[in-house]
Amino acid sequence: MSNGILVLVEQVKGEISEITYEMLGLGRRLADELKVPLTAALTGGGVAGLAGQLGAADKVLVVDSPALNMAPAATLAGVAGAAAAQCQAGLVLVGGTNVSLGIGTILSLRTGLPYVNFCKAVKVENGAVVATSLLCGGKILSDVKLAENRGILSIYPGAFPAEAGKSDKSPTVETLAAPVEAPAVEFAKFIEPETGDVDITKQDILVAVGRGIQSQDNLALAEELAQALGGAVCASRPVIDQNWLPLSRQVGKSGMSVKPRLYLALGISGAPEHWEGMQGSRLIISINTDPKAPIFEGSHYGACADVLDVIPALTEKVRARKA
Amino acid sequence: MNYYVLLKMVPDTVEELEIAPDGKALDLEINRLKLADSDEHAIEQALLLKEKHGGEVTVVALEAPDVDDALFTALAKGANRAIKIAGDWAGLQSLGAAKVMAAYLAPGGQLPAETVVLLRSQAYDDLEGEVGPALAELVKAPFVGVVTSVTPEGGKLRVLKEFAGGLRGEFVLPVPCVLGIQSAEKPPRYVPIAKVRATQKTAKIETAEVAAPEKPAVVEVERMYKPEAAGRAQMFEGSPEEVADQVVEVLAQNSLI
Amino acid sequence: MDPVSINLLGLPGRPLLWLLAVVCFGVFGWRMWQIVSRLRQAKPQNRFDRWPDRVAHFIQNVLLQKRIFNERAIGWPHFLIFWGFVLYATCFNWALVKGLFPFLPIPYPDEVGLIGALLEVFGVIVLAALLVAVARRLFFPPPRLHLSLDANLILGLIGVLMVSTLLGRTFALVTEGGQAHWHHLISGLLRPAFSSMTKDTAEGWAKAMWWAHMLGVFTFLCYLPFSKHLHLMISPFNVFFGNLRPAGSLDAPGTSDDYGAGAAVWKDFTWKQLLCGYSCAECGRCDRACPAQNSGYALSPQDIVQKVKHHFEQEAFRQGAGTATSSGVPAEGGEPRLAGGLVTPAEVWACTTCMACMDCCAVWNEQIPLIVQMRRHLVGQGAVDRGVQDMLDKLNRYGNSFGKSDRMRARWVQTAGLKIKDARKEPVDYLWFVGDYASFDPRLADITVKTAKIFQAAGLDFGLLYEAERNAGNDVRRIGEEGLFEVLREKNLQALGKAQFKRLVTTDPHTYNTLKNEYHFNGSGPEVLHYTEVIAQLLADGKLAVKKKLGLRATYHDPCYLGRYNGVYDPPRQILRALGVDLVEMPRHHNKSYCCGAGGGRIWMEDTEKIQERPAENRIREAVALPEVKAFLVACPKDIAMFRDAVKTTGNEGKIAVKDIAELVWEAVEREA
Repeated sequence: MSNGILVLVEQVKGEISEITYEMLGLGRRLADELKVPLTAALTGGGVAGLAGQLGAADKVLVVDSPALNMAPAATLAGVAGAAAAQCQAGLVLVGGTNVSLGIGTILSLRTGLPYVNFCKAVKVENGAVVATSLLCGGKILSDVKLAENRGILSIYPGAFPAEAGKSDKSPTVETLAAPVEAPAVEFAKFIEPETGDVDITKQDILVAVGRGIQSQDNLALAEELAQALGGAVCASRPVIDQNWLPLSRQVGKSGMSVKPRLYLALGISGAPEHWEGMQGSRLIISINTDPKAPIFEGSHYGACADVLDVIPALTEKVRARKA
Repeated sequence: MNYYVLLKMVPDTVEELEIAPDGKALDLEINRLKLADSDEHAIEQALLLKEKHGGEVTVVALEAPDVDDALFTALAKGANRAIKIAGDWAGLQSLGAAKVMAAYLAPGGQLPAETVVLLRSQAYDDLEGEVGPALAELVKAPFVGVVTSVTPEGGKLRVLKEFAGGLRGEFVLPVPCVLGIQSAEKPPRYVPIAKVRATQKTAKIETAEVAAPEKPAVVEVERMYKPEAAGRAQMFEGSPEEVADQVVEVLAQNSLI
Repeated sequence: MDPVSINLLGLPGRPLLWLLAVVCFGVFGWRMWQIVSRLRQAKPQNRFDRWPDRVAHFIQNVLLQKRIFNERAIGWPHFLIFWGFVLYATCFNWALVKGLFPFLPIPYPDEVGLIGALLEVFGVIVLAALLVAVARRLFFPPPRLHLSLDANLILGLIGVLMVSTLLGRTFALVTEGGQAHWHHLISGLLRPAFSSMTKDTAEGWAKAMWWAHMLGVFTFLCYLPFSKHLHLMISPFNVFFGNLRPAGSLDAPGTSDDYGAGAAVWKDFTWKQLLCGYSCAECGRCDRACPAQNSGYALSPQDIVQKVKHHFEQEAFRQGAGTATSSGVPAEGGEPRLAGGLVTPAEVWACTTCMACMDCCAVWNEQIPLIVQMRRHLVGQGAVDRGVQDMLDKLNRYGNSFGKSDRMRARWVQTAGLKIKDARKEPVDYLWFVGDYASFDPRLADITVKTAKIFQAAGLDFGLLYEAERNAGNDVRRIGEEGLFEVLREKNLQALGKAQFKRLVTTDPHTYNTLKNEYHFNGSGPEVLHYTEVIAQLLADGKLAVKKKLGLRATYHDPCYLGRYNGVYDPPRQILRALGVDLVEMPRHHNKSYCCGAGGGRIWMEDTEKIQERPAENRIREAVALPEVKAFLVACPKDIAMFRDAVKTTGNEGKIAVKDIAELVWEAVEREA
């Protein structure tokens, strides 16, 4: 028998990740539509206190064990399986993040539940859950209907609003005595990123550069523009990979998530991994020579032009306007 | 130490991807395949480990159009053996692929001792999940993904895993194991074409036979389609000067300058 | 008077002369054998063909010293020193033979009136030339002229030889007494200064001068093979064995396996390439012409030649040199070492292959093959920077450097609504090999479309290979990826083999160069033309009519691969004349044209060093300095890209516009709608 939706809570260093709220928001909506309960499985060491933040769920199952902090996917999948069995959940939501990588796949093998990756949208159509996944660098969408509404969905970060998952309500909290597999992988330590001079997540205005900036020398142009605007320079992965800017300036799936008031995407194609990091920006203006660049799909404004031409002109005009 | 690198041919997004007439899959006639980008990193990481610590590197791929090129290139870069698993694997998704690889690598149900399997951390055409964790589960081996550095240490491996925001975690896992490589410690090396061509003449790709799993896919795609260009940006036209003017207007309207 | 009959501190002259001759010629011979035998251990190169052409080449460049005259201050002085040397060397050997074999029934050279006169005249001329040379070195040395003790020693030594001859003749005249003969042109004038000398003293001095002169030459003989002045022995051979094939061909006889691996150590180079080092006179002309050197990049063509030579000297003459390791073995640390670590990869990668160096080298050295050989080694080791690696991967996979699908190559035809024949399907007169930049770069599409329209307006029967066209491979080869070049060439030859056409026309000079010189279409290939050659012919034949003359004052930039490499200078100028353009030549024009900096794969590379001024920027500044010139005309898509950027970065927007010749032609012939 299967009813109920289970959200696998992701927490890192004692903080609930954004993806968890995104999943809770989605889970809440689906649970309300399907009229089934929504449970959250909270795992980790010393995490009981976090349960109160998961009010969007009806119930929180807590498995408190230090071995579960940064545990390998196999171990977490084992606990997730126990939680799913406990609350008789047929639909499991797991984060499509690096932290949660593998849990969904392993759980799928162990329970036989189908696993759907990269879910960007989930809807209920005639009582059936249909998950839409984003594939091939954002160029293809596919719809999968879950048989009997049973399955494991890996949720694409940033695809669903986190606000919908935050709630003042207090959920029922239960401790789950799930057997914890001895982790085959030992977690040694965290390595913090070098604190860059600038915390781009705190900036209101970001001038983002991608391959279109062409050479390290041209970064100076972007710096000038950022200065004129009162913001900071950040970059997509290709620029960081070339070591033109430090890791602390990277925006994207493996970099920072930013939500500035203005995100100027200059010479950035807009691959999903980058998009993930800045989709929440209030105003997105993109410049790229390729009229088919995916970045234009989600931007508010755009222009098909060479950033090396536009940046200096823009800097001049911004300065003139401010003066 | 035996390093196995699992390769996969994925659709090349350099051009428009076409959907097959049945609307449920990619049109493999039109779409061309290329080696997944992160596979290059997996090969590179394996070669770096072999060069520093000894061992043998074997690249393994399911038969697919143009896969021979990828296998010969890997051999030219320094891999010791290349294995092509024969068969028509169209329609095979990750869990199915994991089962095939598990059957090949671990016929006895477990990976042989001194074996490290490296593969891409995630493939972008993968509806069904990640081959790495699935393979690890099937052969009861430990798995770490998003790996950016691997150091053998007294029979175990110390790896770095990348998280969001530049945070990284250090993990230690025993061998045999499965690693999902995000990026190698050095960018993938360049191998001159002359060497690849020479390799094509002298080296051989071994073929392996593995039974296909009963169900090629666990999830069935209802419909595959391209995103609509909805929500597209409002485009500015004109010279760079004119574009800059229009941008400044928008910024002013939004009280940003 | 027999100058040999002296007695120096108890040593009779003749045995002394024999001793000196044997020892000095022995040293000289031993050293030459040493060099030649090591050179023979290097890779072979067949430069022993086409003797009649080689003789003609030798006469023009060694005997007539053609290129030496390109730098005015030193042209005549060097020519005169050269011929003076020939005369004096001949006379030295003559005098030596007579001195060693006194029984031979021949006079001493200066006893022959005519010879004596020549010796005196040249003595003065050479002294004057030496003064110019010394003054140049001291007061106005051109940049990159290697000022060395070696050079100054030689100048001094030559001076000694001249003075000793003149004085010797003078003292001989004093000894002889009586009337000066007609051939005592200078000595006759000098005699009065020594009129108070006794005959015996004079004879002593005359002999002393003779011996001083002989000793000078003997010293020279021993010193020469160890100094840069070996160039005077070697460079005639270097010129004789020079490259007679088209400059635009990097083919080498032998299989590509021989050369594809490139050169890391001396044994990987050919004997001819190593000979360049000994032929180099360290004059610095190549450096002065080199755009990379002038922009502040690490590359100095002179240094490349010298470093390879030093490496050869360091390695080839050591004990156990026969076991020198060949290429393919990187040193500790894995970084590939070139020429024993003397040449850095940065130097080798900075070259645009513009050939300005080889064009001006007076001894016909071949700097570019040296550089390309070393690049081949770096590529073989995978030691290429990321940008280049990506580019090569894209070229391999998609056949173009833009990373776009090969199916998009001819999209511009569709987008412009043009109908152009498919040469794969129907026979055409002209097959237009468009090239990557003209096909894929959106900023250049306009020019490509206009070119097509011009062809159509002229009723030219032309077609494209559409998607079957691949990058022709010119720059791929020059980057050192010989294997990829072969793949591209094969694929293109296959596609061309299936098509039916009479002539090839290209937009890009790089394409032009390789199709013409390196494709070897199985015997007699089709005629390969640049679009300017075709349009010039169309205008001349009246197939294209100029509707309105363009009263434009403009200058024209000769593209490296069209001009310097392949000698196509006139057709673009003919076009401009026909269009009524007021053409002002660039100060550096024709074969002195200054490269835009894109060649040799540079357009795909990052600048890793702080550059003072890019070659294209320098060129634009040169153009802007021309009075009232509003347009900078080019005939190459890469030039458009480079120079339009340079106009912006030098802040000259609005002052000068970069235009392609095709744009001007279209403007002039465009039919009204």
